[in-house]
Amino acid sequence: MAFLSIQHATKTFAQSSAVEDFNLEIEKGELVSFLGPSGCGKTTTLRMVAGFEVPTSGRIELDGVNITSRAPNQRNVGMVFQAYALFPNMTVADNVGFGLKVGKKRKDEIQKRTAEMLGLIRMPQLGDRYPYQLSGGQQQRVALARALAIQPQVLLLDEPLSALDAKIRVDLRSEIRRIQQTLGITTIYVTHDQEEALSISDRIVVMSAGRMEQVGTPFEIYNFPKTAFVASFVGTLNQLRCTVLDAGQGKLSFDGQTFTATAPIRAANGASVVAALRPEELHFGKYDGENQLTGKVEAVTFLGGIVRVRMVLGQSQITLDALNERKLTLPKVGDMQMVSFPPHACWVMAEN
Amino acid sequence: MAPSAVPAPRVKRPTSGLRAWLGVVPFFLFAILFLILPSIKLFVGAFADNEGQFTFKNILQLFTEPSILNAYWLSIRISAVTAIGGGIFGFLLAYSVTIGGLPKALRTMLITFSGVASNFAGVPLAFAFVATLGRTGFVTALLKDVFHFSIYDTGFSLYSFAGLSFTYMYFQFPLMVLIMAPALDGLKREWREAAENLGASRTQYWLRVALPVLLPSILGSMILLFGNAFGAYATAYALTGGALPIVTIQIGAQIRGDVLHNPGLGYAMAMGMVFIMAVSLAGYSWLQGRTERWLR
Amino acid sequence: MSTQASSGPASNERSRAARIFTRRAFPLWSWLWFILGALYFILPLYATLDFSLRMERDTIGLKAYAEAFADPGFARTFGYSVFLAVVTILVSILLVVPTAYWIRLRLPEARRIVEFITLLPFVIPAIILVFGMIRIYSSPVNLPFTDIRLLAPLTTSKFGTNVLIVAGYIVLGLPYMYRSVDTGMRTVDVRTLTEAAQSLGANWLTIMARVVLPNVRTALLSGALLTFAIVVGEVVLASYLGLPTFGPYLFLLGQHRAYEPAALTFTTFLLTWAAMGIIQLVTGGQGQVAGAH
Repeated sequence: MAFLSIQHATKTFAQSSAVEDFNLEIEKGELVSFLGPSGCGKTTTLRMVAGFEVPTSGRIELDGVNITSRAPNQRNVGMVFQAYALFPNMTVADNVGFGLKVGKKRKDEIQKRTAEMLGLIRMPQLGDRYPYQLSGGQQQRVALARALAIQPQVLLLDEPLSALDAKIRVDLRSEIRRIQQTLGITTIYVTHDQEEALSISDRIVVMSAGRMEQVGTPFEIYNFPKTAFVASFVGTLNQLRCTVLDAGQGKLSFDGQTFTATAPIRAANGASVVAALRPEELHFGKYDGENQLTGKVEAVTFLGGIVRVRMVLGQSQITLDALNERKLTLPKVGDMQMVSFPPHACWVMAEN
Repeated sequence: MAPSAVPAPRVKRPTSGLRAWLGVVPFFLFAILFLILPSIKLFVGAFADNEGQFTFKNILQLFTEPSILNAYWLSIRISAVTAIGGGIFGFLLAYSVTIGGLPKALRTMLITFSGVASNFAGVPLAFAFVATLGRTGFVTALLKDVFHFSIYDTGFSLYSFAGLSFTYMYFQFPLMVLIMAPALDGLKREWREAAENLGASRTQYWLRVALPVLLPSILGSMILLFGNAFGAYATAYALTGGALPIVTIQIGAQIRGDVLHNPGLGYAMAMGMVFIMAVSLAGYSWLQGRTERWLR
Repeated sequence: MSTQASSGPASNERSRAARIFTRRAFPLWSWLWFILGALYFILPLYATLDFSLRMERDTIGLKAYAEAFADPGFARTFGYSVFLAVVTILVSILLVVPTAYWIRLRLPEARRIVEFITLLPFVIPAIILVFGMIRIYSSPVNLPFTDIRLLAPLTTSKFGTNVLIVAGYIVLGLPYMYRSVDTGMRTVDVRTLTEAAQSLGANWLTIMARVVLPNVRTALLSGALLTFAIVVGEVVLASYLGLPTFGPYLFLLGQHRAYEPAALTFTTFLLTWAAMGIIQLVTGGQGQVAGAH
């Protein structure tokens, strides 16, 4: 049986539903991300697990116990907020020890645990500081330590890095993942940043407009998206409108050119479908066994590690990502170029 | 500071030369003439005796003359009572319309009314309370007719310390509400949620987080209320006609006719009052600074 | 105000219900405080209104109001107060707006000292202010340590006394006027607006007239209304300087008559309410405070 089980959770406010029929089984020690744009219901779902929202219908079970209507201060889940929410009138040490103090633990136990936590977040000497004396990244680490100090069964993070600078975000997310794996604590991580979700999660739940779009590992979500929304929300995606020539063999026709995609195609011959293709799967030149398309270079953007080339094929645009190399000659705008990609890199998306 | 024939001005540069200070000359001139000079006159006068020689006698007499001590003590008492009472009830009112969960419309009503009430002080306020709690006041009559309870028989009088304090609340409550409502708004919802999440009950949250965070604000506001009441004159005069010899009324009497027979002493009284107001304002500012630092 | 959530699954429903009960559906204590407060604030107003309507024996009528407004003393003093208020507001604006603007743009160093000055009126209440003003300006003002006469004694002339009272009123209203204008300028970020205007070729006059003033209109209105309320109700400066404004008139009326003062008191309340209401409307929720009098 799963450690944390969310069954048919629904939350309706007045006329609209924020979350509809959310179902998820989370194993012990897993880090699951809820990923989606603003308003997709990811934070509401998290808050239902925390107890700050009561589900309109549905059930939440933690380690076999039904916690659906339990008060938030009775659940033993630790929460980290987007706005840190450190108590301004207390030092770092007092903040971290707050849950233990409230739980009436002994003084020496509180001290020991606080020191342990401060060591875990690598800030052992900052116990006497006040929150206003800390940077954003430091405050968030303290918030994490505070949530973990009470040894919760589940750790919940609500967009913890949104308020921080880009560089700190990258450092801190690895830090969070490191701590999570060290402690083996079951974690739900809410974010709208797909890079964040992809890099640290065991599994991702992609959400949109209150519903779950897809659940899977980062690899699955990125390479085998089930819906158009997931495909375009996670990563850049080329979408080409084509006509099916031979569904069984995966042949498609586009702008007078033919190519082969993953077979079989679930549509009738002659139907109009959208073929999806990731930019990094395209490369310049001619390769055996691969599809070839020709188009005109419209823009070349140098992103550092990646060179992004936008090309025009007929009525559509196609983006190609090439890894940077020092011996690379950047294509010129206006050139006609041939690009190729293997058939398995391209798939036909379900219409919806 | 006439915006005269100066063409398109240069792009900003921190010009702190003499020319830059010209721009604030009118303001400073006004302040010097009508704020600073009068204050200095009083200050200097407090240290002069009847012959114009420098002396500390007047200041010392502030602490020895019984009528003056009495006046200060009375003023301090009434200011303290209305500051604490006004502070507590004002806080409860502010709480009720912010976190307390009353409908938004009531909050707007309270805030608007607080602005009105704090401006209503002085003669109109005194008259209004006479009409309410005077010997033939509305509430007095109501209590007598309906409950057969005559408040004046219990020794209560509107024209006493108790009555004046009760009247003062009309501008003390609103002042507290106007300061505390934003402060209570500043209590982030996430703090309560974080506290709950860590196992605290509502009482524990209030005792350990909310009240400590609000304390500088509350104390600072009470100090402000203290200063507010200390400097009040018109309400007291209109209500009691000078019967309650608080400091402001004494100073008023001194201005009209040198009742102390010693101008220097009058100035010293005024200075003593300014000193108390200054200390209270400083206290308020310092506590405000603390609040702002925490709630960055 | 608080609910101890008890543990155990059986009491979950109970504690949840209790939570909803005390927090959302019916905040009992909050209503209690609010009702007590409402009673305290409303009763005196009601009492005043009630009294003011009973001038004619056994009937409710507006006779007191009619008598009060018909009294020539009322028109004279109220008109005079309004006149003084308008002058105060105008001079105040002329003084405060350029100064606040100048400090924001060219002289941030002066900010601390100017803000200190605007706090002084809190430390120097009206009674002290008038005390000092009378003592200084009842004799001629000479250049320090010389016999060179700068100013004739202000208190001896009608004009001089009027100057004094307007100056005093400006001082009383200064904290609010300055803070209101300063906040208004900060909110619209006059500095950036000025730079934008400059880059488009505007000169100082244009900037002042077309960029600054229109954008602080709300703040000006707010400050003006508050100043108006302060001036019309003011008693201390007026009586010690011996000027026939509305404040002393109302006080005197209270010594001789019963119903008319009540009528005027209630009218004052309505006027103040109107002024504050407009401020609320215009500023969208920021309460403005004046101190005790």
